[in-house]
Amino acid sequence: MSIRQLATLSPRPRKSSMAQQPETRISTTTPRLDVAHLAKSYGSGEKAHKVIEDLTFTVDAGEIVCIVGPSGVGKTTLLKCLAGLHPASSGRASIDGRAISGPPAEMALVFQDYNRSLMPWLTVRKNLILPLRHLRLPASELKERCDSALAAVGLSHAGNQYPWQLSGGMQQRVAIARALAYRPEILIMDEPFASVDAQTRFDLEDLCLKIRRDFNMTILVVTHDIDEAVYLADRVVVLGSRPARVLKVVDVDLPVPREQITTRSLPEFARQRTEVLSLIKRPA
Amino acid sequence: MMNVKMRNWLIGAGTPVLLLTAWWLSSENSTDPFFPPLRTILVRFQELWLFEHFQSDVLVSLGNLFLGFAIAAAAGVGIGCATALVPTVRWMVDPLIHFLRGIPPVALVPIFISLIGFGTEMRVASIALAALFPTMIATVDGIRSVSNDLMDVARVYRLSRRERLLNVLLPAATPQIFSGLQVSLQVAFIVMIASEMLGSSQGIGAMTLLAQQSFMTADMWAGILLLGVIGFLVNVLFGLLKHRVLSWYIGSRRMARAA
Repeated sequence: MSIRQLATLSPRPRKSSMAQQPETRISTTTPRLDVAHLAKSYGSGEKAHKVIEDLTFTVDAGEIVCIVGPSGVGKTTLLKCLAGLHPASSGRASIDGRAISGPPAEMALVFQDYNRSLMPWLTVRKNLILPLRHLRLPASELKERCDSALAAVGLSHAGNQYPWQLSGGMQQRVAIARALAYRPEILIMDEPFASVDAQTRFDLEDLCLKIRRDFNMTILVVTHDIDEAVYLADRVVVLGSRPARVLKVVDVDLPVPREQITTRSLPEFARQRTEVLSLIKRPA
Repeated sequence: MMNVKMRNWLIGAGTPVLLLTAWWLSSENSTDPFFPPLRTILVRFQELWLFEHFQSDVLVSLGNLFLGFAIAAAAGVGIGCATALVPTVRWMVDPLIHFLRGIPPVALVPIFISLIGFGTEMRVASIALAALFPTMIATVDGIRSVSNDLMDVARVYRLSRRERLLNVLLPAATPQIFSGLQVSLQVAFIVMIASEMLGSSQGIGAMTLLAQQSFMTADMWAGILLLGVIGFLVNVLFGLLKHRVLSWYIGSRRMARAA
């Protein structure tokens, strides 16, 4: 049995009917990111509040995986567990087979709220440098990393401005640039494009695809936007709510490179977004 | 826009000038020994403070003020950080703060006189201790209210404890710390004068009180005037410093309001 089949095992028997998923890929190597029977609850004993029931899924190297689910399902909690900010209550999450017990060095996180994740007292460039200081890099490399990260998000001109002088979309690009300058192998994004306008959103989605192409990163994106998930992802992990569990892992077989207009108008795109949507819409 | 700004500035600068003129005119022919003409006061002001007692009293007072305030600021921020971050310190310090902050700062001076004596040490120590609490309390509040999101960022990017304190917590808390420092500065100023009035022969406060006790009313008025001028200038200096350090905060607030 493959890991991906495990992903769809749910504690509730009636859900297992959805587990019949064609085996399209079988990973032969250790997955980059492996989440196995992860559960998270707050409080203990009778009053324990289960946020995540039993999550199992994997992300392979170089993949983009999107996690979708109804709002309030515990997606942010999941990411905080993966980022080592919260310990899991049971089960485990591991990178290359090593269990995550604190923030992993090879991981960067782009937070949902750019407004509260950038340091308002630092200029854009200094925001980028802050996480790099303890790496004790030579000044030339520091500069090179900042320059290329800012260029990648199209903000080369904004290095000396403060984040609050920029628009919302630009601030989120700064947050992404900060992650890029950190040179992570795994990039995790928590609803990164939720609070920007539609046009900026398309640009940032394409930026995300470009990053994967250019830097060969493994990217995990949490979103509540089904179209976005299908557009971005190689696979979509669909979560069911309260407590969160994996309903299904949907393989997205859309051609690459993807392009906002042509990809989204493919019949296959419509079919896959309908598949994901019907999973989410289905009464729990 | 410029006109509104100019007008406001004129009102701000013009009001004191008007009041001074009114004082000058109404006191011009005064024969009341307790309300001498402003002209006489200004003459005494110049004679007393600008030459004779500048070094011996004005500089001494200012030195005490700044030394005491500097100690209070450093200790306030330091103890405040420890209180906010180390639970053991918090349990130790919290009840103590609530007890000590209830005591009017000036009331501490007599205790210090009996403990340390009348010297400079006593004055600096009373200023420092009294001015400590506003900064310390503001620092504790400031650090505790740093958003969890910022701290999550700091942890995800694996900032060291030192970096988290110096590069995230303290800068994020500076707006509140500066509010505390501002109050500390006022308290320091009050205690500076009180410490000189209560048992000292040196300093602006001592000179002013001495003048009052010897019925040298013009000298007394001159002393009060000097205190006002110093208080004003010290606040202006502090405002400039604050504007420099908190330019990011002021800018971001303005931006948030405009949005």
